[in-house]
Amino acid sequence: MKLKQIKELLNAEILAYGCDEETEFDHVFASDLMSDVLAYANNEALLITGLNNPQVIRTAEMMDMHAVLFVRGKHPKEDTVELAKEKFVTLLVTEHIMFEACGLLFNNGMKGSK
Amino acid sequence: MDLLKRLSYHVLSNNFIKAGKGSSDIKSNLKSIGIDSDILRKIAIVCYEAEMNIVIHSLGGNLHCDIYEEKIVILTEDIGPGIPDIELAMTEGFSTAPDSVRELGFGAGMGLPNMKRYSDIFEINSSIKGTNIKMTILL
Ligand SMILES: Nc1ncnc2c1ncn2[C@@H]1O[C@H](COP(=O)(O)OP(=O)(O)O)[C@@H](O)[C@H]1O
Ligand SMILES: [Mg+2]
Repeated sequence: MKLKQIKELLNAEILAYGCDEETEFDHVFASDLMSDVLAYANNEALLITGLNNPQVIRTAEMMDMHAVLFVRGKHPKEDTVELAKEKFVTLLVTEHIMFEACGLLFNNGMKGSK
Repeated sequence: MDLLKRLSYHVLSNNFIKAGKGSSDIKSNLKSIGIDSDILRKIAIVCYEAEMNIVIHSLGGNLHCDIYEEKIVILTEDIGPGIPDIELAMTEGFSTAPDSVRELGFGAGMGLPNMKRYSDIFEINSSIKGTNIKMTILL
């Protein structure tokens, strides 16, 4: 899916752009455990999480994950947004809970990153 | 064989704002010298887990990245309190991290197992004076 489509589907707000809206994402890894992301995610995936601290951005950076989606309308603080901009990580925030966000993306053909 | 370059960083205990900055800088440096992206990700993972452990579990320490023609060596040293039982600490899921750290998404007890899994050679030494880790990734 294109970033643009993800944004529309989830009614998401983009807080930082690390890539343009035409960028394609095929895989998703959803977790609140950064160690699991580090252990199991593949690169280039979209990271979905309910956490919103700077370490989420660091984790995405380490894993070459170019976009992070915060669920439950959890807006990160300014330091997290700034770090994302500096590291070219796209940030989205949606009001959907994690289960719904994952379900919507799954129904639209996105796959788990493993 | 010869050491081409060493990158070094101080890692502060309990500073979650700066945590990961050393690993981030190492990753950018290695990327700029053209290290393959799959290998780079392995290095980034072990480096970041090791750096986070210094932040979370130690009183502070250093992180180094030694660049050789044929390998990258990530070294950490901290000033204690050390790991009483290394075998136990290496078990998946074992963690002494407090709830405040779990809320940040760490403390799942996967750090040391991940470091071992992603490095070609993993060496660890620990006493009450501190913990030293050496992780070699072959290029
Ligand atoms: N540098 C360190 N200094 C002291 N104890 C450590 C250090 N690194 C790891 N440990 C101990 O080993 C345990 C397991 O580490 P790890 O696998 O990274 O899991 P986690 O960091 O999630 O707790 C830690 O909970 C801690 O008790
Ligand atoms: Mg750890």
